[in-house]
Amino acid sequence: MSSYTYKHYPYRRAPELDGKGERRPVVIVGAGMAGPTLALELAARGVASVVLDEDDTVSIGSRSICQAKHSLEVWDRFGIAQRMVDKGITWEQGEVYLGDQAIYRFNLQPEPGHKFPAFVNLQQYYVEEYLYERCLSDPAIEMRFRNKVVGVTPHADHVAVEVETPDGRYTFEAEWLVACDGVRSPVRHMLGLPFEGEVFHDQFLIADVRLLDDLPKERRFWFYPPFHPTNSVLLHRQADNVLRVDFQLGRDADAEEEKKTEHVDRRLRLMFGPEARWEHEWSSVYTFTCRMLQRFVHGRVIFAGDSAHVVSPFGARGGNGAIADVDNLAWKLALVVAGKAPEALLDSYCSERGAAARENILNSTRSTDFITPKFPASRAFRDAALTLAPDFPFARALINSGRLSVPTVQPESSLDTPDRDGDWVGGPGPGRAALDAPIGNGWLIDRLGRDFSLLTFGKDDVGTMPSGVTTVPVVSNGLAWQRYDSRPGTTYLIRPDRYVAARWRTYDPAAVSMALDRATGRSHA
Amino acid sequence: MTALRRTLNLARADDVYNAIVDAHKGLTDEQCRDFDARLILLLVNHIGDEAAIREALKEAAAK
Repeated sequence: MSSYTYKHYPYRRAPELDGKGERRPVVIVGAGMAGPTLALELAARGVASVVLDEDDTVSIGSRSICQAKHSLEVWDRFGIAQRMVDKGITWEQGEVYLGDQAIYRFNLQPEPGHKFPAFVNLQQYYVEEYLYERCLSDPAIEMRFRNKVVGVTPHADHVAVEVETPDGRYTFEAEWLVACDGVRSPVRHMLGLPFEGEVFHDQFLIADVRLLDDLPKERRFWFYPPFHPTNSVLLHRQADNVLRVDFQLGRDADAEEEKKTEHVDRRLRLMFGPEARWEHEWSSVYTFTCRMLQRFVHGRVIFAGDSAHVVSPFGARGGNGAIADVDNLAWKLALVVAGKAPEALLDSYCSERGAAARENILNSTRSTDFITPKFPASRAFRDAALTLAPDFPFARALINSGRLSVPTVQPESSLDTPDRDGDWVGGPGPGRAALDAPIGNGWLIDRLGRDFSLLTFGKDDVGTMPSGVTTVPVVSNGLAWQRYDSRPGTTYLIRPDRYVAARWRTYDPAAVSMALDRATGRSHA
Repeated sequence: MTALRRTLNLARADDVYNAIVDAHKGLTDEQCRDFDARLILLLVNHIGDEAAIREALKEAAAK
């Protein structure tokens, strides 16, 4: 059925089964996209970790397919993003149809001058495969396949983790346990934490098929298409000539019946016409929920990705939100483990990523309400926007087939230093993601350090910096100057997760030093 | 301070009022709802003042 060959990764008997082993600084539960990314980010900062996963292979089915620019920038630090770009389908444009008429076309990255595109479509199993390979080659990461967590006991300064393996059970201790164990998170259940939010009842059919014809490259979304006149359809292209077709089925569809190949084939035949040929990859009927934990940090147990918050698929905010979580968490946890920052620094993970989760849920819920109106007036306004769109540009902006994932804004974080100079007319302010731009023969994002970075415009020597701060002088005027609203002397302090911590019109070492203390939780200026 | 105008802003109020009513003549309830939805979106974008729109939503709901 599937064009992808699932590798099985080696199981090894855990040393704890023979009475060996010691307390680990960080244990990560779950080897999806978030867990291995976190392990790599920690390893890059000198923190060893153990990754536990209950099976020994990658994601079954393509699942998360739209890998956003900001996720690719994270994976690029481990040398695997270019591989994803090469294997996947780069896209920046999308089309929305009403019936058979194209009513709206959008470009997510209308300007050139970025190392990575807005999106690369690549099946989750490839992303996980590349991550696993990279993790397995890193001596600071121990991947434990077929190691299922069956018990979690929190203590004041550690967590006792009970694990089931083919050779029996063992228990070991983690200073910090990070649950990246997905939407059904066993760790969350073991701790009895409520996961509250909204349940949606509309059913959707995913059919991943390999189409043996020419394929469109851009994202396409239809409202009321002639081949599925009562509902909506979303089309995405993936690697290996695989297409993701997502049919909205409504509330009353019979999931078991719809999953049958004959019914899927009938729908695809109507869509692609009598000549088309395809092979099935994967099918699934799903409904979804938007839920989140009230707090992502519970003592020494931390939640990241779907275990902490879950959204509808419209907008590609699940997988990309998870990567943004671990990018925010990794540097903070590394500082705390090394004793270089107080534990309270992790509160900012909770507040910053909690705000991001709420923003993602808001956007995702609005898209869902637009695509699946819940009451007659809601449908009337939706259809009004669709009907007006061909003639009225404003109405096109109202069409919400998914507001696609971009880095969220983290306003008023306790780590960031508010602007003191009042003459900014652009550029990313504190709490916003740093922007890429060409510099010399390369890219700005490649010049940023693993820890903090100081971007200085028109000044090539700023003297001695505190250790761990990478200085990036941007000497010649160009796109970077425009994107950062720069003048000679403009200085930006960029966090390890590539968010802006502070910025100034003139370089002032004392101000930089204070902002750095604040950004690492050592003071609250 | 209110953003929503409360005094008359139309030179020919009766004409405009009747034009709106007449536009609904002969429509079923469902057609009326769809028509009103289009009309509201067109007018709301034209007004473009979020504070006035939110105030209008509140006042309309209060009656």
